[in-house]
Amino acid sequence: MNPIYLDNNATTRVDPSVVEAMLPYFTEQFGNPSSLHSFGNKVGMALKKARQQVQALIGAEHDSEIIFTSCGTESDSTAILSALRAQPERRELITTTVEHPAILSLCQHLEKEGYTVHYLKVDGKGRLDLTEYAKLLSDKVAIVSVMWANNETGTLFPVEKMAEMANAKGVMFHTDAVQAVGKVPMDLKSGKIDMLSISGHKLHAPKGIGVLYLRRGARFRPLLRGGHQERGRRAGTENSASIVALGAACEQALSHMAYENTEVRALRDRLEQGILAQVPNAFVTGDPDNRLPNTCNIAFEYIEGEAILLLLNKQGIAASSGSACTSGSLEPSHVMRAMGIPYTAAHGTVRFSLSRYNTAEEIDRVIAAVPPIVAQLRKLSPYWGENGPVENPEQAFAPVYA
Amino acid sequence: MWEYSEKVQEHFFNPRNAGALSDANATGEVGSISCGDALRLMLKVDPESERILDASFQTFGCGSAIASSSALTEIIKGKTLDEALKVSNQDIADYLDGLPPEKMHCSVMGREALEAAVANYRGEEWKDDHEEGALICKCFAIDAVMIEDTVRANNLSTVQDVINYTKAGGGCAACHEGIEEILAKVLAERGESFKPAQATSPVAASGKLSTLERVKRIQQVIEEVRPTLQRDRGDIELVDIDGKTIYVSMKGACAGCQMEALTLQGVQQKMMEALGEFVKLVPVRATTPAGACVTPGA
Repeated sequence: MNPIYLDNNATTRVDPSVVEAMLPYFTEQFGNPSSLHSFGNKVGMALKKARQQVQALIGAEHDSEIIFTSCGTESDSTAILSALRAQPERRELITTTVEHPAILSLCQHLEKEGYTVHYLKVDGKGRLDLTEYAKLLSDKVAIVSVMWANNETGTLFPVEKMAEMANAKGVMFHTDAVQAVGKVPMDLKSGKIDMLSISGHKLHAPKGIGVLYLRRGARFRPLLRGGHQERGRRAGTENSASIVALGAACEQALSHMAYENTEVRALRDRLEQGILAQVPNAFVTGDPDNRLPNTCNIAFEYIEGEAILLLLNKQGIAASSGSACTSGSLEPSHVMRAMGIPYTAAHGTVRFSLSRYNTAEEIDRVIAAVPPIVAQLRKLSPYWGENGPVENPEQAFAPVYA
Repeated sequence: MWEYSEKVQEHFFNPRNAGALSDANATGEVGSISCGDALRLMLKVDPESERILDASFQTFGCGSAIASSSALTEIIKGKTLDEALKVSNQDIADYLDGLPPEKMHCSVMGREALEAAVANYRGEEWKDDHEEGALICKCFAIDAVMIEDTVRANNLSTVQDVINYTKAGGGCAACHEGIEEILAKVLAERGESFKPAQATSPVAASGKLSTLERVKRIQQVIEEVRPTLQRDRGDIELVDIDGKTIYVSMKGACAGCQMEALTLQGVQQKMMEALGEFVKLVPVRATTPAGACVTPGA
């Protein structure tokens, strides 16, 4: 049986036509775009085209607002550290409790260096309180960094509005949009977002390529100095093959934007409803009415996510989990904890993230596979009785925690 | 993700003795705070002989938690309670051909469930005596609480001290930032400030060493690492030196230990620093132990 890949928020398959577009840049068009000779200048033109393809996808006003980086994490670090260096008198940052580690780890590190970081809390559905946010905006804040879409639940944050609020107070605004770009239509030129991070491998381009969108006029200090590449804003010889690939992937994402928001969304809904109709004690986490079209995160109560994934994997189905054991750090998902999801449910969250390559047949196979797996694991669970959870599960099973 | 042994996978996919045990007369319920897993162990104990006639488990947890629970019930069935209490968490891990370092706490949870069940049978109250923290050293599975307690109890002040006392940081060295943070925190409590040690590696010998000096240095490195290994009931002995190859014999708990490869790597590194040249450390043993060495941290 063909494997089914439903982990597209982790990474995506590179589209074969994208691979084809990039291949000549390894062996034929291998020149350094900075070189004068003909090996180089053709590459320079290819980079220009790629820059415009990215520009079109996010609706940037100028192609020079696109800075190629090595990954989303580099873009995030560049944005935040730039804002701090450009405005040394501002010692505060605003972010959220549910950001990706690319932001959170950096913020925790900055706290050790003496910066004050305000973490916006979320409610049970993963939504922000904009009144709380408005109160924090001041001339002490160097930058606000809020993700466009959450990688675990797909929940969308109102970043366009938040950027306007920040702008009105003279505060820079960055968004980690690695999950949203290609799935959410964007028109940056008509908004107030100053900086935005893109990761190539989340939208069917290769790993190792990213973008920092930098609004013209926004004050900037490079992370890497050393060359004139990217107009001196990101030194280092261009990863030309991957840049070309990212450009091609962005063009395809733009042309599939409608498909993503109709067909992929329909498949996601079919999967979600199919599972919830058959499995008791399961619920969707995050904000179901306001999320990415491809993501669904379901909490299966009283069982553990890694065990679910291992059994799914045995049937060739790839998904991911917010359970402690799958995070690599043994910490349960900070996103689930931030939303106040009870431990016995947060432990059993499974994220299914689709792409335009998934089919209805695949979704039906997953709908058939999940209920028996959940039932099998619940049989082993001390919280589960014959036909449902034991009465008062938390009292009936109260282990001594060590 | 994790690299689980065949045996772990097998016990996860086909767990033995799963489900409630209707006529159990001993129950232990424990959980691991570090990952939220929890386990109920149920035993049917013969009152005459205190022999475990039957055992079963219910587990809320990941693949290795379920496999560890399954292994535990298989190991202890047929044993008397006193015999069963001799089963260590390492025994559970060994039964499964090893667990990834991050998952060793699953075997600890099994061992604790056993203690709790025996205490329950004997009408005693079981109390946990250790606390787990965030995993710092992935090579040797040492957590933050263990490091912090050791630093405090022994007034440690350098990363090298921590390596000597806990082994944490003695492998790939990637966790030294985390160890320094713990040191800085505890030292601040003592009113001191953390000072990174001056270049920890001894100045490598420039120029060629005399054969005698070279042998002396090799012996010295071996003597330096022995106390650390002996603390874990292991040992190392110098067997022979043949050019750039140094033959050693791993003794006691070190022989066939899953971490042997890493231990050797650490000693080899020290050896190279002391000699200022590349050398290879090769373990010699009469026969290869049955359990092949697993590369930890993979």
